[in-house]
Amino acid sequence: MNTTTTPRTGPATSAEPRTFTPARTTATATRVLRQLRHDPRTIALMILIPCVMLLLLRYVFDGSPHTFDSIGASLLGIFPLITMFLVTSIATLRERTSGTLERLLAMPLGKADLIAGYALAFGAVAVVQSVLATGLAVWALGLDVTGSAWLLLLVALLDALLGTALGLFVSAFASSEFQAVQFMPAVIFPQLLLCGLFTPRSEMHPVLERISDVLPMSYAVDGMNEVLKHTDVTAAFVRDALIVAACALLVLALGAATLRRRTA
Amino acid sequence: MRSIVGTQAKVTGTLDVLGLPAGHPALRSRIGYVTQAPSVYDDLSVRQNLDYFAAILDPGRAAADRRHENVTRAISDVDLASHADALAGNLSGGQRNRVSLAVALLGAPELLVLDEPTVGLDPVLRRDLWQLFHTIAADRGATLLVSSHVMDEAERCHRLLLMREGEILADGTPDALRTRTGTDTVEAAFLHLVDEAIAAGRRPHEETAR
Repeated sequence: MNTTTTPRTGPATSAEPRTFTPARTTATATRVLRQLRHDPRTIALMILIPCVMLLLLRYVFDGSPHTFDSIGASLLGIFPLITMFLVTSIATLRERTSGTLERLLAMPLGKADLIAGYALAFGAVAVVQSVLATGLAVWALGLDVTGSAWLLLLVALLDALLGTALGLFVSAFASSEFQAVQFMPAVIFPQLLLCGLFTPRSEMHPVLERISDVLPMSYAVDGMNEVLKHTDVTAAFVRDALIVAACALLVLALGAATLRRRTA
Repeated sequence: MRSIVGTQAKVTGTLDVLGLPAGHPALRSRIGYVTQAPSVYDDLSVRQNLDYFAAILDPGRAAADRRHENVTRAISDVDLASHADALAGNLSGGQRNRVSLAVALLGAPELLVLDEPTVGLDPVLRRDLWQLFHTIAADRGATLLVSSHVMDEAERCHRLLLMREGEILADGTPDALRTRTGTDTVEAAFLHLVDEAIAAGRRPHEETAR
């Protein structure tokens, strides 16, 4: 053991640590991606499963390509949401239980840095996932979109952000990985049933339709369908995209409130 | 210890650390804290772990060289240079503890709070770590606050606070304690003080010593 230590050079002392520093955010994002890189199987599953599911769906609806169009487009928005929800909830739960979160919050790290770092890292993964899934669906599987595939990608990305936000938020209420995984059916399935994937929202029981009006996934699916049917960026699309983005930011803020520097 | 670091909720009373109220944001870069369980990322290598925490303490591209230097030094301080590229999750318990300690050594803290830092380590490593602690205190002028249940560990500290049931039973150097109680070891001194306290009508149940 080396015991001849010399006084090390310290950082330039800043009196008050700021709540948001881009350098700390990118350092956090890099760290999350490095962790992921040590786990190639998770990467492969995240990237491949949406593609395999779309391929499956294409041949399930072999006889009715129109059904594939609408369900396929909706799923392009739902996949990133579910994947990012699961990955983020487990990753932040680990951070809470391993003590690294407490350690980070005892350091000059802003909560916004941590959350933005996670969003940035998983956002990057979501871009790769969505590009592959959208590309496969549109060019190889003949998904018929009237609008631009770029808009599909934009909604997919917003959905991924929403999934990250929801995952971060629920991880505060889970004390084990078992519980975290169970939050998936609790938080995601009701939205899946009510988002208009199975039947148009206008044909549901009025009470359910009202409930679906306040669930963010409904707007994600509506946005996807706008791109499917219209060549231009419609007002409805802009509204849907903004609602999904606003929900994601709101839940991220709620998630930030669950990161406490002082815990019992 | 968590109150001093500022991570404990619902603390009553006042507590000043380095002249500021405990948990003050300006203290976050001046205190190093090592929990009993190693708080490191198991799916990162030793160096990647330290790189990340160093980037939080001293961010920015301009500081990259200084960070690299500090990380390398922290790794060699805890004698993990040969394992720098191993995943923390693949290391033994004692090695992971040392990674956790190396993180706390980054950024030259003025106060190092160590919660049972040598639990479960072999005698050689324990001796080396205590040597390192004394070097840190002597060379950098840092204060080390160490908690321990093991009294022969406590004997290596300069100043002892014996705590039981949230009350401080004694405060002084190991020598002063032994002389005061007329005992040979700190362990015997501690037991003597506890018995005294019981005789004085208090009913201690749980034991913590520092």
